[in-house]
This record gives sequence, structure tokens and C-alpha cells, in this order.
Amino acid sequence: MTIQSTPDFVRNTMIAPMEPPASQRGAVKWARENLFSSVMNSVLTVLGLLALFLLIRGILPWLMNGVWNANSLAECRAIVAANAGEGASGACWAMIRERWHQFLFGFYPADAYWRPVLAFALLFVALAPILFSGIRRSILWMIGIVSVCLLLALVGVDGHALTIGLAMLLMAALIGVVLFAPHRLIWFTALYPAIAFFLLWGGSVWAPVVAMAGFAVMVLVYQVLLPRLGVVMATALGFVAACLWWLFLQTSVSTTIDGILPFGLPSVDSDQFGGFLLAFVIGVTAIAASLPIGILLALGRRSDMFLIKTLSVGFIEFIRGVPLITMLFTASLLLQYFLPPRTNFDLILRVIILVTLFASAYIAEVIRGGLAALPRGQYEAADALGLDYWKAQRLIIMPQALKIAIPGIVSSFIGLFKDTTLVAFVGLLDPLKGVTQVVRADINWKGIYWEPYIFVGLIFFLICFGMSRYSMYLERKLKTDHR
Amino acid sequence: MAEAALDTSMMQISDEVAIQIADMNKWYGTFHVLRDINMTVNRGERIVICGPSGSGKSTLIRCINRLEEHQQGRIVVDGTELTSDLKNIDKVRSEVGMVFQHFNLFPHLTILENLTLAPIWVRKTPKREAEEVAMHYLRKVKIPEQANKYPGQLSGGQQQRVAIARSLCMKPRIMLFDEPTSALDPEMIKEVLDTMIELAQEGMTMLCVTHEMGFAQAVANRVIFMDQGQIVEQNEPKEFFNNPKSERTKLFLSQILGH
Repeated sequence: MTIQSTPDFVRNTMIAPMEPPASQRGAVKWARENLFSSVMNSVLTVLGLLALFLLIRGILPWLMNGVWNANSLAECRAIVAANAGEGASGACWAMIRERWHQFLFGFYPADAYWRPVLAFALLFVALAPILFSGIRRSILWMIGIVSVCLLLALVGVDGHALTIGLAMLLMAALIGVVLFAPHRLIWFTALYPAIAFFLLWGGSVWAPVVAMAGFAVMVLVYQVLLPRLGVVMATALGFVAACLWWLFLQTSVSTTIDGILPFGLPSVDSDQFGGFLLAFVIGVTAIAASLPIGILLALGRRSDMFLIKTLSVGFIEFIRGVPLITMLFTASLLLQYFLPPRTNFDLILRVIILVTLFASAYIAEVIRGGLAALPRGQYEAADALGLDYWKAQRLIIMPQALKIAIPGIVSSFIGLFKDTTLVAFVGLLDPLKGVTQVVRADINWKGIYWEPYIFVGLIFFLICFGMSRYSMYLERKLKTDHR
Repeated sequence: MAEAALDTSMMQISDEVAIQIADMNKWYGTFHVLRDINMTVNRGERIVICGPSGSGKSTLIRCINRLEEHQQGRIVVDGTELTSDLKNIDKVRSEVGMVFQHFNLFPHLTILENLTLAPIWVRKTPKREAEEVAMHYLRKVKIPEQANKYPGQLSGGQQQRVAIARSLCMKPRIMLFDEPTSALDPEMIKEVLDTMIELAQEGMTMLCVTHEMGFAQAVANRVIFMDQGQIVEQNEPKEFFNNPKSERTKLFLSQILGH
């Protein structure tokens, strides 16, 4: 359309929208902008593609020649040579096919594999109300998927119709809880530690039940003392009462009840734990316990009270200044000296305690960063409305500080989970070094190198990547301030 | 402004003392920020505090609900003396509403949750009742339709009105305003001032740190001028503006009204 020379102009046909020119749309445009925007970038793109090609050319045959059916490394090599010619290299996945159970369970008795599998499935049910608080559809999806996976896994490891039936019944009951009383599911989360302990270690059912009763004692004492002594004193005395319960009444009460009503599972010793089972027991417990301890430490560090502040700072700086391995050696060797003679204090428990303390110091610093990022006005507004310290923390400060700290917290959790492999140094059978060493000590698999590490690394990656994606989901969900 | 024609006859001031401050001194470290403050506020009084920046006016009203601690003298609010006793502090704070310059709404909660939080957790009001009260005050500040939005989605003026409503939900007997319009765009100032004027007409005891002299003339029954941590002059608004006594006040007024 030409510009009219006269000032009056009337358009009588409208122009329909047209596609942009071919070089300005689709893949061509993208490639131009992102790959070949200048001479330098074009060269870099070509070099990058070349490097990628060489990498794949190196690895692909090894992967393609992979062998799944063999009984030893020598057999693997023979099959690769027969299939791909002399001198060809190939992965020997047959080792994983034969030894996967050790990577997952260590030396856990094979006929009891259903127990860790069930505990693992229930872990996700217990996490669901925390991960997706209030979103019933997501919780249902999660439990549904877990149920299907549990069914497949149980068929895979065991096959006892009775256990599978009971497990499915339990899952159905939990789905029922979500459907009819979704807020009750959090009770299952609260009970989960006892359930998991019972499933994993077995023994009398009454030990975890009586241990849980200790928490009931704590709540009872708290409720009775709250109106008279205030939150802090009531909590402290409740905690003391629960400790007394665990120290002096736990054993006698549980043995007495067990004498009357014996019921339990065959007990499994801690040194039979290994592989990812061990990593999860240590990792999940430490993650769950380090967050609340970290919150308290962060608050302590910002406290006005000199003693509390000094203790918190001292604890955090001491723990952060010492390598985790030192702490683990402390757990396995030194702690024994300080305990009364003949106390049988489980090694896994000791490691969990020290890993928890270690992680909580880091979490405390991450949360302190979140607290520092909050404007002072938030504290003042909470004060001005008459909220006391704990209510202000719980309702105003922590929700915002934790939200700011999510990336850091999840980073710490991911680091903590991967650090569980360090328990190899105190003789526990972690999946990376412990189990791999056991496998490679077998004359059949001597000399196998890449495959176990790739397998273990892949599982670690999946778990850590999952945590990372979840944290991004959570950040999006909680983003309310700049919409 | 229209409030010049405001009917002040409705605003009854009783003889009952709401706030009593006697010989109060406060230091920030070694800096003597409030010096020898003596003042009495009766129930229903509307006091505007003005003065140059750094004169201690914000600190003074923040001492009244103990956001700042005073080191000497007495502050008695509604018959409760402010000491380090936490029970007294919480009691005073739940009786005294405060509105801040930067609103200080809770960004992670919806408007309705912002309003119901303190009534539910401090006053132990049932949730439904708290929500009814909250909606009542949101209607009063003329933004009931925003109840389920988050503070970040509202304009400054709307946020400040929410902040006022949030304080009112605690049914306070005294309201403190700490430069409520200083962070607002000019066109939003009026909507906040209108809300405050309405509140004054209902007989609320108000202490307001502000530089809105139109508001002071229309609503206040007393203007206090502070400088260097001291009360330099106080008077009825008409006298204060037309016939200031101290040289410092004259200088201040010429600077803020002179253009």
C-alpha cells in the first residue's frame, strides 16, 4: 500500500495477517539466533557438535554391546567378543541383574525384602500430606502410583500372597482415609517412624508402640503445664518427662506387655542393613530431624538471650568446622567411651544422630539467611498485633523465611543424602563403596568397574533430581508476593 | 480539602485518660533520642505529631506499644503500665492498633487471612466470626472485593487501607499511625486519609505522626510539634498553624507550608 499524497485516506480492504518470512520463523530462526549468530558462535557450535559426536561414538558401542545375561565378567566378555568381534568393548549389566538386591538391601534377609519395600512405599504415603499439603488430588495420585509400584515390587521380591494382600489392604485403607478424612492422614505421618522402625528392624511390636507412648507422655505433660508455666517451660518439662519414660520405663513396660501379648516380626540386625536401604534410613531420618533442629538453632542464633545465643553459635560453628568423617568416627568409636559400659547403642542410630547434628548446623545457617532477608516490619507488625514470640515465628516469620530458604534447604538435603555414602568409612555397607566392594570381591565379577558406579550414580541422580524438581514446584506454589 | 467542613461536634472527648506518659527518656545507645516527654491523651482525642525528620516522633509512638523500650519514666496505656513484664506488653498491644508507613502486611497470606490472623490466634475468636468481622471492616475501608487476593496484588493505597482494617479487627481502643501516607502516591493519599477521618468521627483515640497538615487542621484537636527529641510546642490546630509561639515551630511551618 503506498502512502497517499493527499491528506485524506480511507482503507477499504483490511490486510489479513501473514506469516513472517521463512528465515524469521521456526527452526531456522532459532538456529540463527542461538547457534550461528556470529562467526565465533558458528565455530563454537561446530566444535561443540564435533565433541558431542566423538563422545557418543566412544560410548555408544559400549552401551549397545551391553550384556544382560551372563554369570561372570569373563562370560560377559566372551559374549561381547562373539557378538561384536574381537577387541570390542561392552557393558556387563549382567552383574546388576544378579546383584541388584545387594545394592538395594545389603545383606538384609532375602525372605524379608517385603518389609523394606513396604516401609519405602509407606514413606511416600507419610510424606504426601507434607509435600502436597491440602491438595487432595495430588495426594491421591501419589498414593495411587505408590500402590501400583508397591504391588509390582512385592510381586518382584517376594510373592507371598498373604503379605501382598495385607499390604494392598493397607494401601486401600489409606486411600480411604484420604477420601473421607483427608486431614487425618497427618496422623499416619506422625506414626510412620514407629511403623518404619518396626518393619525394618522387626522384633516385638510393643517396643515402638511404647516408644511412641513417650510422645503421648510429652504432650500430656505439656497440656497440663501449659496454662501454668508457659510454652517454653511446658515443652522443656514435657521433653524431660518423655526422656525419663524412654530411659526408665520403656524396656520394662514393653517386655511386660510382650510377655502378655507376644506379637512381632523376626528381628533384623543393624549390620545386615546396606545399600540404598541404609542410605534411605540415614538420609530420610536425618533430613526429617535436622529441619526442626536447624530452625531452633537459627532462632537461637538470633536470640537476645546471651546464653542461648552463645550456645547456638558455638554449636553451629563447631559442627561446621569439623569434617563429617570426623563426626562419623566419633559416632563409631569415641561415643562408645562416653556411654556407660555394656550399653548397646546401635551403630546406625549413632551415625543418624551425628549426621542429623551435622546437617542441622548447615540448615540453621541457611534458615538464618532466610530470616535475615525478612524486613523488620514483619516482626513489628506481628508484635503490634499482640502475637507472642512463638506464634509470630510460626505464623508470620517462619513461613516466609523458609520460603526464601527453600533452594538452600533442598541443596543441604541433597548434599546430606549423598553424604550418607560416607558411612562406608565406619564399616557400614553404603551403596557406592560398601556394596560395590563386596560385589567386586566376588571372583566372578572381579575387575568390573564402570557398571556398578553407573547404576548407583543413576539411582542417586534420580532421587536428587526429584528433590530438586520438587523444590522448584514448591517455590512456584508459594510464590504469592509479586504476582 | 473537603474535611475543612468536617463536623467535629460528634467527636466527644471524655475525661478518662487513655495514655499517660510521665518524665519519659529514651536512648539509642548513647544517643538521647527522647528527652523528658510528658503528655496525657484522653479517650477520644485525636493528636497529630509533627516535626522534622529525626526529631523522635516515630520513636515516641512506637514506645506506646513497646516496639521501642524506654529507659526512664512511666508510660501507662489504658491503665496498664509498660514494664518489661511480657504479659502487660501483650495486653497493651492487643488494645492498641498500629498502622505503619510501609503497611507491613503479611505477603504470604491473603487479605482475609491477614485480617483474621490476630483475632483467631490472640483473641481466640472462632474462625467464622473472625471472618465476618474482617469482611465488615473490609467493607468499611471499601475493598471487600479484594478479600481473597494477596497484598502484592493491591495498590499502595489499598494495602494501607487493609492495614488499617487489620488493626481494627482487633477492636483496639487506641490507634497509632506512623506516617501512614508518606509512602503513597499523591492520588492514593486521599483514600487513606478519608478512612482515617471516618475513624476519627467514630470517636477513636488516635495518635498520628504525619505531615498532612490539612488532615491535622480538619481532624486533630491537638497538634504536637517535636524537635530534637523534645516536645517543643503543642496547641489546638487553629492556634498552632495561625499563631505559632516558638521560633522553631515558625521555621518548620514556613518550610512545609511556604510553597
